[in-house]
Amino acid sequence: MMTTPQDLVEHALAASRSTNCIVIARVSTSANLRWANNTLTTNGVMHGGTFTVIAFHERRDGIATGSVTGSATTKDQVSALVESADSAAQIATPAEDAQPLTEAAAASGWAERPAETSIGVFADFAPQLGEVFQRAEAADRVHYGFVAHDVVTTYVGSTTGLRLRHSQPTGHFGATGKTADLASSAWVGGATRDFSDVSAHDLDDVLAQRLGWARRRVDLPAGRYDTILPPTAVADLAIYAYWEAGARVAHEGQSVFSRRGGGTRIGDRIADPRVHLFSDPSYAGLECEPHVVAASSSNTSSVFDNGIPLDRTDWIRGGELAALHQTRHSAAMTGQPVTPAIDNLVLSVDGGEGDVNDLVAGTERGLLLTCLWYIREVDPQNLLLTGLTRDGVYLIENGEVTGAVNNYRFNESPVELLNRFSHASATAPALSREWGEDYFSRTAMPALRVPDFNMSSVSQAQ
Amino acid sequence: MSAPGLDPTFIALPYRKLADAALSRARDFGVTHADFRFERVRYQDLEVRDGVLQDASEHVDLGFAVRVIHNGAWGFASGIRLTTDDAIRIAEEAVQVAQVAAGMTRREIVLAPEPAYDDATWVSAYEVNPFDVPTAEKSALLIGWTNRLREHDAVEHASASLQQVQENKFYADLTGTATTQQRIRLQPHFEAMGSHPTSGVFDSMASIAPPVGRGWEFLTGDLYDWDAELAEVPALLEEKLAAPSVESGTYDLVIHPSNLWLTIHESVGHATELDRAMGYEANYAGTSFATPDKLGSLQYGSPAMNVTGDRTVEHGLATIGYDDEGVATQQWDIVRDGVLVGYQLDRPIAGRSPELAGPDGRSNGCAYADSPGHIPIQRMANVSLQPADDGPSTEELIGRVERGLYVVGDKSWSIDMQRFNFQFTGQRFFRIEDGKLAGQVRDAAYQATTTDFWNSLEAVGGPRTWQLNGAFNCGKAQPGQVASVSHGAPTSLFRGVRILNTTEESGQ
Repeated sequence: MMTTPQDLVEHALAASRSTNCIVIARVSTSANLRWANNTLTTNGVMHGGTFTVIAFHERRDGIATGSVTGSATTKDQVSALVESADSAAQIATPAEDAQPLTEAAAASGWAERPAETSIGVFADFAPQLGEVFQRAEAADRVHYGFVAHDVVTTYVGSTTGLRLRHSQPTGHFGATGKTADLASSAWVGGATRDFSDVSAHDLDDVLAQRLGWARRRVDLPAGRYDTILPPTAVADLAIYAYWEAGARVAHEGQSVFSRRGGGTRIGDRIADPRVHLFSDPSYAGLECEPHVVAASSSNTSSVFDNGIPLDRTDWIRGGELAALHQTRHSAAMTGQPVTPAIDNLVLSVDGGEGDVNDLVAGTERGLLLTCLWYIREVDPQNLLLTGLTRDGVYLIENGEVTGAVNNYRFNESPVELLNRFSHASATAPALSREWGEDYFSRTAMPALRVPDFNMSSVSQAQ
Repeated sequence: MSAPGLDPTFIALPYRKLADAALSRARDFGVTHADFRFERVRYQDLEVRDGVLQDASEHVDLGFAVRVIHNGAWGFASGIRLTTDDAIRIAEEAVQVAQVAAGMTRREIVLAPEPAYDDATWVSAYEVNPFDVPTAEKSALLIGWTNRLREHDAVEHASASLQQVQENKFYADLTGTATTQQRIRLQPHFEAMGSHPTSGVFDSMASIAPPVGRGWEFLTGDLYDWDAELAEVPALLEEKLAAPSVESGTYDLVIHPSNLWLTIHESVGHATELDRAMGYEANYAGTSFATPDKLGSLQYGSPAMNVTGDRTVEHGLATIGYDDEGVATQQWDIVRDGVLVGYQLDRPIAGRSPELAGPDGRSNGCAYADSPGHIPIQRMANVSLQPADDGPSTEELIGRVERGLYVVGDKSWSIDMQRFNFQFTGQRFFRIEDGKLAGQVRDAAYQATTTDFWNSLEAVGGPRTWQLNGAFNCGKAQPGQVASVSHGAPTSLFRGVRILNTTEESGQ
């Protein structure tokens, strides 16, 4: 009989020679299909997992830690990790983020087996995809895309009594369509928890409509345009701002959230008063880990904080910066509440209603973007980001899409945009094109209309 | 330099037994290809801030994968339980995946031919395995760096880090190839941060030391002048904080290899991946303007531009003996005298387009998977700009410029989905006036279209200006994979490049 992850956690805690020990066992399966040029390319099923042992060695001058992670599946392998972590803690310098460990939080479901996925999760989608390839080829469309489904079950145990289990399904789909001459490109994508709500035919329909919009091509120069960012593009930018929201770095004067002269901008109005940015582990459809899990310490995470419960946290409330990512260590440093980062993000705007189509209908002349790409920080002082539009920039005239425009490089700050937008839609689930697949898939965003979005130069990409 | 041998703790792992079980089971199904890859990749990351060790975590990625071609379709599965039962189960799962995939595979997978290599071994060139050095010794070095940087009044905070990797791979396939390999690489880094006392402007200045395929000797020997750079960076930061904002416009640029490597990476390296040019990455990072119909005719750059791909240069991050499809690694031309002449390939891409492949229709050995749980795909070779045999020095190149900028160190980077439009910043932009450096400027970014930029290349420096730089974090594919790669470049002179003022760009 296979050793269960819970057995391995208990084995590690019993084997540890250190003052205290925290164990994080993650068991994962993932399945994916990838396609290009109307045929499947690569695909697979991966069984994986990591086992992290964090040793805490208490001594006269403080508490030293050692964190070691491996792909352990047997007690012998776990024993070796415990030995390595104990040894690392023995020789480490005292940790500056030392805090009392969380005690005795036992969640229901500890005894449950890891949840799994398999290639069968695509049982309905895969045959549809085969049909879509044929349909697309007949209509001179070329399809490229990727679907993936991961299930990760995390067990956290500690010598101070933590026994926490969380199972996290994560799924996403993305499809790019091009005309046969490769002169026009369109994209559609989103997140799902189980693929029951994803249809390859629906994706093809959206791509066909957008490639149809591109039959009229309009070349426009660089400049500032009245621009509608759909929720996926807003997610691209909002996630970047979220990642830069570490309290310690802000407190130490190195981010857009730093106050000139010292300290953070918490309490300052940084956005339009209608703006709210928050995370909530129980947000419907975006449910995520409801406690801190940290395999290592950094400016924004602390191994001492493992197991701290996470609740809804407002980052921007009514346009005012309300909180930044904290460990207990940085919270003490900044004199602020303990508000650790959470694995989902919601942006809402008071009065925002309808969807992106309603924003289009209300626009006399402007641009409608599909998504953004290759977004990188240019200047941390104002969080100026650069990046590109891709897979469809559309011209809006008198409330309707009338053609496709060339792509652009933009230079913009998401913090500035949250001050300058003129219209917002209601908030809806949206997958960031650039960050959603690999880093941050659980976002709900409005579409935003920005009257003067800075398109810095034209990109020839089609 | 003599390299140590294969790590005995890797050799002791049961990969040969698992390979036999998995390949034998795959053969039972009548597959046309099967390979087995077993990997152990060790990582240790050290992070220091303001004299305090924040993190010294270790990570080991251990597992295996089976990849088959069955009914013309790929099947892939991977696992982490190191038993023969699991090897057999994973082989069966790979076949099952191929069966599902066959219904959607409209173009049969064909692999380019490759000779078999019977039990070959390869170990990268290094002297001291960083995993043999006590963590306390490594931490102390980084703590000392940040303390030293903070001695300068301009430095308010300082950070330092060291990423270390030991990668062991065993590969075997049904043709009889079996390879066992080991690589060491590390990435040291430090950065000083500060703000201007009156303007409130904050900024940072980072080391321009490259990541290398070397061992601990890179940190302690005379291969890099750490003392000089630790002494120089605080003063450079102080100067940058007080520097004038650049005037936007058109400038001649002299670009140091510590910056140019990243421009090569984005505008040449990725653009000449044949899978990308054929659309295989269209749904992720995009395609390439350098399509196969332009091979042999595209004037990529000026005649001064000569670019090679290789997986063989000593201490290169993409250097290895055999790739993850059992192909012996090579060096070849990508751009010759400014003209596109070659691509980077793996076996399925070379098999699909033998006319674009190397001699005998072979792959040039660019397959790589970043973990045992991921599928090998074409990843970047060390793509390098060649120096001119009797080319000028950096000072001579600067001397040719009347009004320009000298760019040192990489910072921000971004390029579009067909590798046309890019924008880069740097650690240090120095004004050039009448052939001489005239102090730093702030807020500069250079923006260009790939072929315009490379055709504005007037001259490359001589071999003494050539340096190997690179990155640990090149991303590609779905699911996402990360690869390390080096790029060599000489200091080079470009005429008439657009310079943005990033403060103006932000509308402030």
